[in-house]
Amino acid sequence: MKTTKTVMLTAAAAASVFALAACGSSGSNTSSGNSNIDCASGSIKASGSSAQKNAITDWINAYQEACEGATIDYQANGSGAGIQDFINAQTAFAGTDAAAKDKDLDAATKRCASGPAINIPMVGGAVVAAYNVEGVDKLVLTPKTLAGIFSNKITKWNDPAIAADNQGTKLPDANIVQFHRSDSSGTTANFTDFLSQAAKADWTYEPGKEWAAPGGQGAKGTEGVTSAVSSTANSIGYVELSFAQDQKLKTATLKTAGGEVEPTSENASKAIAEATVVGSGNNLALELKYDTAAQSAYPIVLVTYELTCEKGLPENQLGLTKSFLTYTSSNDAQKQLTEIGYVPIPDSLLTKVQDAVKAIS
Amino acid sequence: MNGDKVFFGLSRAAGVFVLLLTLGIGVFLAVTAVPALRENTANFFTTQQWLPDANPPAFGIAALAFGTVMTAIIAMVLAVPVGTGIALFVAIYAKPTLGKVVAFLVDLLAAVPSIIFGLWGLEFLMGNMIGVSAWLDTWFGWIPLFANDQDVYTRSIFIAGVVLAIMIIPTISAVTREVFVQTPQGHVEAALALGATRWEMIRMVVFPYSRPGMISAAMLGLGRALGETIAVALLLSALFEINWHITEPGGNTFAANIALKWNEAGSIGLSALVASGLVLFLITLAVNMAARLIVARKRDFVEGH
Amino acid sequence: MNDLTSGLKRRRATDKVATGVVYLTALIAIIPLVSILIVVFSRGIAAINAEFFTSTMRNISPRREGGGIFHAFIGTLEQVGVATLIAVPVGIMVAIFLVEYGSRGKLAAAVSFFVDVMTGVPSIVAGLFIYTCFILTFGFDRSGFAAALSLTILMLPVVVRTAEEMLKLVPMDLREASYALGVPKWVTIIKIVIPTALSGIITGVMLAVARVAGETAPLLLTTFMTQSLNLDVFSGPQAAIPTFVWDQIANGTNPSMDRAWAGALVLIVLVAVIYIVAKVLAARFAPKSK
Repeated sequence: MKTTKTVMLTAAAAASVFALAACGSSGSNTSSGNSNIDCASGSIKASGSSAQKNAITDWINAYQEACEGATIDYQANGSGAGIQDFINAQTAFAGTDAAAKDKDLDAATKRCASGPAINIPMVGGAVVAAYNVEGVDKLVLTPKTLAGIFSNKITKWNDPAIAADNQGTKLPDANIVQFHRSDSSGTTANFTDFLSQAAKADWTYEPGKEWAAPGGQGAKGTEGVTSAVSSTANSIGYVELSFAQDQKLKTATLKTAGGEVEPTSENASKAIAEATVVGSGNNLALELKYDTAAQSAYPIVLVTYELTCEKGLPENQLGLTKSFLTYTSSNDAQKQLTEIGYVPIPDSLLTKVQDAVKAIS
Repeated sequence: MNGDKVFFGLSRAAGVFVLLLTLGIGVFLAVTAVPALRENTANFFTTQQWLPDANPPAFGIAALAFGTVMTAIIAMVLAVPVGTGIALFVAIYAKPTLGKVVAFLVDLLAAVPSIIFGLWGLEFLMGNMIGVSAWLDTWFGWIPLFANDQDVYTRSIFIAGVVLAIMIIPTISAVTREVFVQTPQGHVEAALALGATRWEMIRMVVFPYSRPGMISAAMLGLGRALGETIAVALLLSALFEINWHITEPGGNTFAANIALKWNEAGSIGLSALVASGLVLFLITLAVNMAARLIVARKRDFVEGH
Repeated sequence: MNDLTSGLKRRRATDKVATGVVYLTALIAIIPLVSILIVVFSRGIAAINAEFFTSTMRNISPRREGGGIFHAFIGTLEQVGVATLIAVPVGIMVAIFLVEYGSRGKLAAAVSFFVDVMTGVPSIVAGLFIYTCFILTFGFDRSGFAAALSLTILMLPVVVRTAEEMLKLVPMDLREASYALGVPKWVTIIKIVIPTALSGIITGVMLAVARVAGETAPLLLTTFMTQSLNLDVFSGPQAAIPTFVWDQIANGTNPSMDRAWAGALVLIVLVAVIYIVAKVLAARFAPKSK
């Protein structure tokens, strides 16, 4: 009895030593785990969009695991602050919820020693209406009813306008508790952009990063809205898909011209494919088509970009930045996004993204 | 003799450093605030919106000033009596061991990060305060301050004020306690020997002697309440309007607004936030000047006797 | 006679009511305070284990359990340490200037006023100042040192005020006795006055440390967040416990929330330990004059 235990322990110890050794070798040898990562070493900083935080964090972890000499720090301090950091040369790239343009892009270009600054689409996301109503497992909303709820015109769950799209579902006779973001946010910008295009007649407020409609309650951050919805009965709020999935919130199905669509990564990716590139050269700034009628395309999407220098990054940032972005724009890395509730860049666009990354020098 | 000169020079330099540092804070904030103030198309003091990165920029601090002052007043109304009560309890009423334990607990709370106060406020206090707010609405709804037309009682100025009160109680009670302890023992014993009850002794000896210190303590608490950032940012619904119904969702403060808008601010937006920070700095400066004046008067009064 | 006893009765009753009110306020205040401690302890304990103290968040996905606070712990120790190293000597020197040298001068009055003003500087304004001055104007990178500078601004007035109060309490006789022996003023201050006031000063410094260790707002503006360990307080991204908590909350996943509460618990315990150690030290080193 005693001997077997010792033998097992020794075996376990030997195995762990072996595993450690294997780990140790993976640093110098780029072939383990992610075989396709072409490692660079050094350390870079990046900051910006909190919408892409968890996706970038996972990518950084995968990259650092494969490349032991590399450290990448991403501070999710918001797109605006991220762009300012990049302009002030504090970071190697910025994550942003909306492509930098005009003044910001000019200032960013000035920061690059010898070339333009470019927006590279990298992480897609879907904005979903997460709700917490007992007994309602499927909720269908049109852009019109969504606009009504978030502008405080529809205030009851059993309002005829909602009931019309939810035949057979027993909607409670309760007040709708509506949550929006109290901080400025790209998520708000995308959500209100969608409402003002897809429900023009019903959404008359200025779309933008600041919530402008009356009523409802503000909560800080997507995590704030998520936890408010999950802890408040009869509530609804707009959050990013990945957060709704993490907290297992129910999400509303959207009824568009193309039929009823569930908010999933696949469906959102189809809507991003409808976007047109409005930037020039390798600047892949997109214009999203929120009122798309494409079959099963979920139209409330956001695309986060990495803003960096096409040419003229400092020598000590260039290698690692390029290597990391090459990895994140690879098919493998994009595929992982679906698992965690983010949306991969559709293939048609991804090749352009990969070309843009290749051009970084 | 030479050593004396060097030492005096050093201490004087340290004093001058503090002076320059404080002035520097004002100057740097003012310089950074100029671009936004120059481009602002709305009245900075009366406007109730915050769109500095819009074209043209339009922003003002009216709602921020209202929310800041209102939350701070609520906090003071609650925290000063309670903080003083704790200080009396620790310094005079409780047995030394119990007093020490209570003092330790209270001091410990000064170190709780403000995010945690915010989270605790959201998860624990807000739910439990709905009843209190509703009760205020039912019985005191005829006072506009407590009226609630929305029948929603969460994320309000009132709740933020309560959380602020809890946050500044440690500050107020710690300082007041120190002052109470320093009451000359002779006076205390004299009062008691003359047959004064304990409460009379406190009113006649401890309070007059401690008043300047108590005012300093309250001002210290007020300063903290005015400038508290993260907890308020988590709690408030952040509306840019002046709403006297303090139990309804809404409200915003200087500090919370900086935290909420900093992330997405462009260059003018940053400058505008710094401008609001400068106003907050000037308000705390005014509060301190007022406190100094009051303390100086009281001190003359006490010492004049 | 009757009047007298009824007056006495009333006075006794008032006293009883006052006692009741004092106990009640203490109780009212203790309830939320204890409630916070209970919430932090009960929610924080879930993610506390040996790994939490010895590892960093490097390569730990927000969705995964595990990882730790080591990098943030070091960051907080260094940042608060540097802030203390700057604020304590400068603060004590300012207090010496106010008490020992400048009692009635105009400069002393101005300094004393501005110390009061500094006491009221909100932490976010301190952060804004370091951001606009140190980072935007002078072009330094965000670092643990920038954070330490903003914490210094918050600590300095507290140190000055407590040191000032404590120096004032040192009896004049002590100083005069020393002068009478022909000891120069500065030696008297260093060898006699400061040691006598030391225990009070240490307590004040500890309160200042407790106050800044949990500060979040200025760190968000002055440091760069990282998941990895950085021992160099002067350059590169560096985490701290408050920003660790902030970061984990922003992740929004359940394992991250557990880590956030655990981080808060560590911070409270850390401050409690510092506080107790300081009290013990202060008691031991206090001159046995009483």
